[in-house]
Amino acid sequence: MPLLSRWHIKSAFVYLAVALLLGIALSMGAIVQLPNWLAYLSPAFFHLIMVGWVTQMIFGVIFWMFPIITRARPRGNESLGWATYILLNVGLILRVFCEPLNAMNPLDIWGWGLVASALFQWLAAVFFVYNTWPRVKERYRNE
Amino acid sequence: MPSLSQWYIKLSFGYLLMGFTFGALLLAHKGQPLHPALWNWLPAHIEWLLIGWVAQLTLGMAFWILPRFWKEPRRGNTTGAYVALVMLNAGIWLASLGPVYHLSPWLLVAGRLLEAGAAIAFAHAVFPRVVGRDG
Repeated sequence: MPLLSRWHIKSAFVYLAVALLLGIALSMGAIVQLPNWLAYLSPAFFHLIMVGWVTQMIFGVIFWMFPIITRARPRGNESLGWATYILLNVGLILRVFCEPLNAMNPLDIWGWGLVASALFQWLAAVFFVYNTWPRVKERYRNE
Repeated sequence: MPSLSQWYIKLSFGYLLMGFTFGALLLAHKGQPLHPALWNWLPAHIEWLLIGWVAQLTLGMAFWILPRFWKEPRRGNTTGAYVALVMLNAGIWLASLGPVYHLSPWLLVAGRLLEAGAAIAFAHAVFPRVVGRDG
């Protein structure tokens, strides 16, 4: 398994654990008074699962298992693969920190953090598709 | 990778891009307001990523990697899987655009019916391939 896939897959497991721990904390809201910042993490909970766990796991497995392009360039542009990993994760973590801070302090710098988070995650998706598209094909036959 | 899987997977990439594009706009809008009508696209954002990206990619991968038969046709009768591709994508568009443009709620129902039909057609096509090593 290539190094980038290992980073994606291990990170995905970390996000799953973090998301489910956060889910425990959010579920306590019906029993005890939660701090405001924690209640604002409800959208982040869903995105930790869908982006951090599901999408990231898919990215890692696809980078590993899809048909290679050629022997010389098996998995496309690896630098673009790493850029995808970094942008996806920095973008998601930025969201987790900035979303509650922006909700409590609207019109502060945290709003721009959300804009940056959005841009980073969008770029990650674009880079992933650009790099993976040539690998959606028949098995490589050494032509 | 068979051509039908390529169709499923490339379409799922399209939905990934659309879902992340509208997700990014919605997230940016939380930080720096862009346009209030953006929130109308939230159901489409969810539909494209849950069904269009994750579910569709899963079906494409399943059609590719499930065990094949020893004799031709190695992937069995694939008609149901082709029908499922068309039904699934028609269903996604009806289920996502109906709520966005506040169209008749029956469009959402029709979309869900098409999606369910796609799931049944696909399952019917690949069930015989879900076997152990001994068949």
